Amino acid sequence: MSRRRRAALVGNPNAGKSALFNALTGARQKIANYPGVTVERKAGRLILPSGEPVELTDLPGSYSLHPTSPDEEVTRKVILGEFPGEPEPEVLVVVLDASNLEQHLVFAQEIIALGRPTVVALNMIDLAERDGLKLDPLALESALGVAVVPTVAVRRRGLTELADAIATAEAYRGEPVHPLTGLTERRLTAHAIADSAIVSETRRHRLHSKLDRVLLHPWIGPLILFGMLFVVFQAVFAGAAPLADGLTSLASRISDLVRGNFPAGLARDLVTDGIIAGVGSVVTFLPQIVILFFFILVLEATGYMARAAFLMDRLMAGVGLSGRSFIPLLSSFGCAIPGIMATRSISDPKDRLTTILVAPLMTCSARLPVYAVLISAFIPNRLVAGGIGLQGLVLFVLYVTGIVAAMVVAMLLRRSLTKGAASGFIMELPKYQLPTVKDIALGLYQRAWIFLRRAGTIIFTVTVVLWLLLNFPRAAPGQDQVDASIAGHLANGLAVVVKPIGFNRDIALALIPAMAAREVAVSSLATTYAVSGGDKDTSGLIAQLRHRWSLPTALAFLAWFVFAPQCMSTIAVTRRETNGWKWPGFMLAYLFALAYIFAGITYWSAVALGL
Amino acid sequence: MTLDLLPIGQPARIVAVDWAALDQDETLRLRALGLDAGAKISVAHRGVFAGSDPLAVTVGRMTVALRRVHARAMQVEQLQP
Repeated sequence: MSRRRRAALVGNPNAGKSALFNALTGARQKIANYPGVTVERKAGRLILPSGEPVELTDLPGSYSLHPTSPDEEVTRKVILGEFPGEPEPEVLVVVLDASNLEQHLVFAQEIIALGRPTVVALNMIDLAERDGLKLDPLALESALGVAVVPTVAVRRRGLTELADAIATAEAYRGEPVHPLTGLTERRLTAHAIADSAIVSETRRHRLHSKLDRVLLHPWIGPLILFGMLFVVFQAVFAGAAPLADGLTSLASRISDLVRGNFPAGLARDLVTDGIIAGVGSVVTFLPQIVILFFFILVLEATGYMARAAFLMDRLMAGVGLSGRSFIPLLSSFGCAIPGIMATRSISDPKDRLTTILVAPLMTCSARLPVYAVLISAFIPNRLVAGGIGLQGLVLFVLYVTGIVAAMVVAMLLRRSLTKGAASGFIMELPKYQLPTVKDIALGLYQRAWIFLRRAGTIIFTVTVVLWLLLNFPRAAPGQDQVDASIAGHLANGLAVVVKPIGFNRDIALALIPAMAAREVAVSSLATTYAVSGGDKDTSGLIAQLRHRWSLPTALAFLAWFVFAPQCMSTIAVTRRETNGWKWPGFMLAYLFALAYIFAGITYWSAVALGL
Repeated sequence: MTLDLLPIGQPARIVAVDWAALDQDETLRLRALGLDAGAKISVAHRGVFAGSDPLAVTVGRMTVALRRVHARAMQVEQLQP
């Protein structure tokens, strides 16, 4: 038999599907998108006891074959063989949460009624036992008419039996076991089946209701959440710094190695100044992203994330969003790319679009180098009232400005372009669980790889293009290369546009390469001033900036970077996630407009105040 | 009595839902999660700080978060604990 066998995991969200998928396929996974939609397609290879491979896909969690989100739409189409280019799976593996049978059996009946080869995995049976539930898999099997295999994905229990059942199920092709009934009837049947499968039930005080009493407490809950956020931010910024420094010095060492071993010339410059510097600048964000995602994955796997969404819902509702937007916006403080990718969990398309559009207003870590240099150059290091440092205060104001702007923009968008029914907030609060090291490690590896591949390829292309713009045409002897280049000419044109907001030509020149990534502004200012000054470290740059820029110009530059969407990777990810250029185009336009207006207001107010 | 007014911890049964007050997607989601006429429920948590939105409702062995507007569309009768 040369035909590739296919099976798919289906089930409600929180049935432990992903953990089962990881346990069945190990690290042999391929993550991509379903063509044309931004729903993640996870596929892996399951080896049957006979040694034969089966392609196993992990379908997005669904409550029924009546879709209420893009995810559920994909699940429906794949199961029914209606998804273009996606062969119909031969065996459907329905994953049930053993401790929540009467809910999960509602969807299971819908799948079984299709009359296709089906196997039921009675998953997380250990947690059901912890809750005082004793189940009879055979009773469930005879009620459902398909094989039922008890499994504990995280402990690898029942995996061989499940693989066996998948192998035998394929031979079976029957008529629909039960005729498909309406939702109300299915719910009644689910109740009856669950009752017959439950051997005994001792009411124990369940762990998660105890935890919820503290974590969802109207006053203590938010305090714990903010405390946790504080720890996460500390870890992201403080913990990542040494690793990021290490990567930066590694990049410069590789660069030195290339310089030492190859003859000087344009090709060598392209490799050192273009490729290594550009790709290196992206890779330095990897530690932050990995640390941030570590916390996000752990909080998600434990079930706490849904509680965070619950606690934040009221606040988000104020601007027309829901608690589900909280996680993506939180991630955007690290980097807008994972933030925008995380909006996939928002079921309402208009909510999701609004969240994507405001995500770049969250102060990401790439702005910090720019802020840090300008603040140390222009803001005196002294204490204001109450022992608060003025420099720290300015940084805080920049963060808050971004948050306030995001809230105002979200509110305006929800009343105009993304207008729609008030977004609802309906979500299951899953049971608390201990995350497994393996699942977290796998998730981290996948996120890091996606980030490196996506951001890396784009930054790579853009840095090469920018390098070409800065180096061609070649300068005549005695002429400055930057002035002669295409970028130099572009900067002359741009300088006219940004003059009214207090920006000089040097800034215009720095803004062009900073289109790739914001922090490039710092290195390109350094390069520009190094030509005349000869200094290369930031203390030299700080002195140069103090000497050449006025305070209003510096403040306007800070205000500009609160808004300016100068990050190619963000634009590219937005294009991918919204399937077209319309919304990234809009994002660029409104953010540049805001950047221009606020830089202008800052500049002229500062001038008027005589700063 | 509507669900949004049900005291915390008081067992109750949903007797009727005014689906017309909610949009279709919300209807599908709530019904898919078992929040439908006939379901036995209780309110586990309500609100953050002094507010009373959103609610966490226990239905079967699940806890479901929803907003007050959804709860207001659900008529409930109290049951003996």
